[in-house]
Amino acid sequence: MMNEKLKEIQERALREIRETQGLEALNDIRVAMLGKKGALTELLKGMKDVAPEERPRVGQMVNEVRAQIEQALEENRKRMEEAVLTQKLAAETIDVTLPARRNRVGHLHPNTLALNELKRIFIGMGYEVVDGPEIEKDYYNFEALNIPADHPAKDEQDTFYIYGDMLLRTQTSSMQIHEMEKGRLPIKMVAPGRVFRADEVDATHSPVFHQVEGLVVDEGITFADLKGTLAEFARQFFGPETKVKFRPHHFPFTEPSAELDVTCFKCGGKGCRFCKGEGWVEILGCGVVHPHVLEMAHIDPQKYQGFAFGFGLERITLFKYEIDDMRLLYENDSRFLEQF
Amino acid sequence: MDASLSWIKALVPGLNPASDQEFMDRMTLTGSKGEGYHRLDHNLDRIVTGQVKEVKPHPDASKLVICQVDVGESNGGVCQIVTGAPNVAEGQKVIVVLDGGKVAGGHDGGPLPEEGIPIKAGKLRGVDSCGMMCSIEELGSSRDYYPEAPEGGIYILPEDAPVGGDPLELLGLHDTIFSYEITSNRVDCYSILGIAREAAATYELPFVPPEVTVTESEQKSSDYASVEVVDADLCTRYCARIVTDVTISDSPAWMQHRLASCGIRPINNFVDITNYVMLEYGQPMHAFDLDTIAGHRIVVQRAQDGDSFVTLDGQERKLDRDVLMICDGEKQIGIAGIMGGENSMITEHAHTVLFEAACFNGPNIRKSAKRIGLRTDASGFFEKGLDPANAEAAINRACQLVTELGCGKVAQGILEAGAPLPQPKRIALDVDRINGILGTDIGKEEMIGYLAQVEVPYDAATNEFVIPSFRQDLNGLCDIAEEVARFYGYDRIPSTLPAGSDVTGGITFSMRIEDKAREVAQFCGFSEGYCYSFESPKVFDRLRMAEDAPERQAIRISNPLGEDFSLMRTQTLNGMLTSLGTNYKRRNKSVRLFEIGNIYLPKALPLTDYPDERKQLTLGFYVSDRNDGDFFEMKGVVEEFLSQLGFAVEKLVYDRGTRPYLHPGRQAEVSHGDVRLGFLGEIHPLVAEEYGIGARAYVAVLDLPAIEETASFDRVYQGLARFPAVSRDISMVVPRDVTAGQIERIIRQRGGKILESLLLFDIYEGEQIREGFKSMAYALSFRDPAKTLEDADVNATMKKILNGLQDLNIELRS
Repeated sequence: MMNEKLKEIQERALREIRETQGLEALNDIRVAMLGKKGALTELLKGMKDVAPEERPRVGQMVNEVRAQIEQALEENRKRMEEAVLTQKLAAETIDVTLPARRNRVGHLHPNTLALNELKRIFIGMGYEVVDGPEIEKDYYNFEALNIPADHPAKDEQDTFYIYGDMLLRTQTSSMQIHEMEKGRLPIKMVAPGRVFRADEVDATHSPVFHQVEGLVVDEGITFADLKGTLAEFARQFFGPETKVKFRPHHFPFTEPSAELDVTCFKCGGKGCRFCKGEGWVEILGCGVVHPHVLEMAHIDPQKYQGFAFGFGLERITLFKYEIDDMRLLYENDSRFLEQF
Repeated sequence: MDASLSWIKALVPGLNPASDQEFMDRMTLTGSKGEGYHRLDHNLDRIVTGQVKEVKPHPDASKLVICQVDVGESNGGVCQIVTGAPNVAEGQKVIVVLDGGKVAGGHDGGPLPEEGIPIKAGKLRGVDSCGMMCSIEELGSSRDYYPEAPEGGIYILPEDAPVGGDPLELLGLHDTIFSYEITSNRVDCYSILGIAREAAATYELPFVPPEVTVTESEQKSSDYASVEVVDADLCTRYCARIVTDVTISDSPAWMQHRLASCGIRPINNFVDITNYVMLEYGQPMHAFDLDTIAGHRIVVQRAQDGDSFVTLDGQERKLDRDVLMICDGEKQIGIAGIMGGENSMITEHAHTVLFEAACFNGPNIRKSAKRIGLRTDASGFFEKGLDPANAEAAINRACQLVTELGCGKVAQGILEAGAPLPQPKRIALDVDRINGILGTDIGKEEMIGYLAQVEVPYDAATNEFVIPSFRQDLNGLCDIAEEVARFYGYDRIPSTLPAGSDVTGGITFSMRIEDKAREVAQFCGFSEGYCYSFESPKVFDRLRMAEDAPERQAIRISNPLGEDFSLMRTQTLNGMLTSLGTNYKRRNKSVRLFEIGNIYLPKALPLTDYPDERKQLTLGFYVSDRNDGDFFEMKGVVEEFLSQLGFAVEKLVYDRGTRPYLHPGRQAEVSHGDVRLGFLGEIHPLVAEEYGIGARAYVAVLDLPAIEETASFDRVYQGLARFPAVSRDISMVVPRDVTAGQIERIIRQRGGKILESLLLFDIYEGEQIREGFKSMAYALSFRDPAKTLEDADVNATMKKILNGLQDLNIELRS
């Protein structure tokens, strides 16, 4: 009798749970079955009519039924909650191809980018980066570099003069002298900076441009060290396949002097429009520091030797980024700057 | 410097380079940098000598004739060519381009087409024509270089030219002209002899310069003329020779062709000889008509201020006392080293010629040529500073050519004046030192061999190199090292890295600050621009600066590219506003720019010492869109930057500024303690308009040296708070002219150590607030790092704060 009622409650509850829709209805079932006035509770009230020896067994049966119902309720609740969540997430679907919202980050000037790369390489080789005056004395820009008053090289450089012996430096080579005069040896420096020459503005000339000077002074520095250093630089800057070619040249403040060509980094040396079909691109001038220059800077040329080199930064920038007009570098058009 | 390969080959008989390119490359690697070359027979193909056998009129064209031309058995014998050349006649030897050949240009001598002009057999007005007879222009040259060529007709070859042969050979067109970049130290290489010497050394071949012997007549030069140098500082050497019984005529074809190959127009034998020797020896010469020289005296002396002189181009030239003149017994007859005078030039009537070869002071010639405004081939040579010994060699060569050409008799002796020739320099050979400079291991004999190749002999007795006078660039052992390196081969020198002392690389503190500025600016959306360092004096007015503004004290360039580039900038706004204006005019949206660059502040004018060069960080943007920002956006960038450099933002002071180029109500001076760091603000609308910026624009300028005084990259961990914070809000009605800065200063002063932060969360002006007031609300947060704060502690502090605020006539709202 009790058994049958129990069985009936069990079946009814499980059926209703199975058929029910929605979390609220599920709760109603819980109350109707397991609540204070629920069917199972009512049934327990009939325990007093059960024979005492039967009671433990019946009690156990009631608990089992209760557990079964509770389990069914729990399983269904989870299933329904999942369904609700799935539905909610489906409704929240977005079009992932819509445009991004970006925090607009600015762009560095291509000159700065090329210079950063240069600095990174030379710092890695143990070079100190230094800078110095752009308005310079004749002595540092010319005389101390073995370019005395009537030297033709002075005319070639189209110097802007200010007053007396003050001028706008035409080359960062002036930094060689400033560095040597500090009296700290050995020296391993690169000096990037702004230089000036009286060139009319066009696609390949600017009266304002930048150079990077390098100087090493120590005991036993040789032309071979110059070659090795710049070849290593060229491989790091232009790529590991880069070949270098040192050509004899003349600078008043170095002897022997050279110009350095590298295989064109656009075509790898086959010849293209950037290297004008040559396969090689001239990138810098260099040489062994002239002993007279060391002497003038109070360094004993019998004991110390050095090498020096100088780049035109814009030249490298224009090549590296395939920019065909130097004027773009000083116009500051955002459509230009944002490409770097 | 241009030099034809054939001329070099004449001096280096064994020279036979694999190709033009190979020659240029090898010369470049030993230091004679080739800048390019062009073949004179470029685009000339299937061209032979023909003989005109018959000329008949064309039936349908009065200006055309039909010719039968024998072009030789191997080229098919006689062919028919229709031509419009007016000078064609039977029996002539002519230059024929055969069917399928090519010529370099048109008969009008216009620009040469890149690919040449192909010639094909065809019909001309219905008559077959199987080739073309050529003018000199069609061969890519001109009458300037081949003066014997007729004007507007075909070129007529000498009668002995073999039919079917190669006419280009006769004209010297199988040649290549190389252009060399000669460095300023190698004056000797501005000559065919110099280049040939280098070529011989490069190819390790014998160098065979002309053997100069002068055949002199019975006459004595000294009977004809005398020379005197008055201003010896400007003329180290003056040589003259006399040629009598002069016949002026054309020079021979070989000489004309060599001059032509170097771009020099043949004129007559005497002028051509001086030009030829100038090219060959690198020594300019001049030829005077002796009969025009008063007293037959040459006097070399300075001009007087105010003198004027007519040069042989017919132009009157203004002189001054730094210009050296060639004079005769009475008058000036030439500007030394630059150009001769109209009054003494040789004409076809000349009987006796005085040749001049001299060595003038290079810098003086350079400056004189510049002042007079007359740069000539000759001055171009002299200004490099010539070898004084070269004058004699050159004048003898010229006289040798006179004899060879049979155009005069050379009188005995050279008339000379000037300083005696210096003894040759000597440089001791130090093999170890040279290897020490180069990083090589080259033997002594090898070194001596390389120098011998360029005619620098070694004196074994003294272990010295004896430097020939033409090598003025060889002065010390390092110069010898370069000679060794050049011919040993730069490419054979090893590649090593410096072995010496350890040095640590790095950047300076100022550079770290600049890098940080770039980083912050970039991440705040600003792109980097570069601006010029010099600008126009007009910028001060454009920026509405007062007449006595200190910025107007600017450094002036004495030789600027123009007034607009004449002043070194004392402020950076002109550059920034110009760039913003450029962008605005080009309709670029949301443009944010920054620049790091120097201003140049003179300590005194005129400038006699280094000025103060101060790096400025300049930021700027204009408002093209409502999200582009405002004053406070710019203020945020400034604070972001400064806080990255270790500045406590709450210690920055913003005072209202009075800069004329900024909006009077929207600008602030930024300082930290006593140090002024810079300013920011909105650009004054009139200034914006001046620069073509049609929108509100904001700028900030920070003085990096001032910032560097306080900046620091050191940081110390402050711990994380372990005790709770207490927050209190203050809501108040504030008189309108009381600033947030004033309020915050009071809150900070009185809040003491336990005040952790303060935040303005509401500000309102308008309805419900009475006229002249605004409502403001701050959220304050208090915390004690050592204990939990009691209400009583906070209340006491709040009371102090509120009392302080009431002193500013601030009313608290409940």
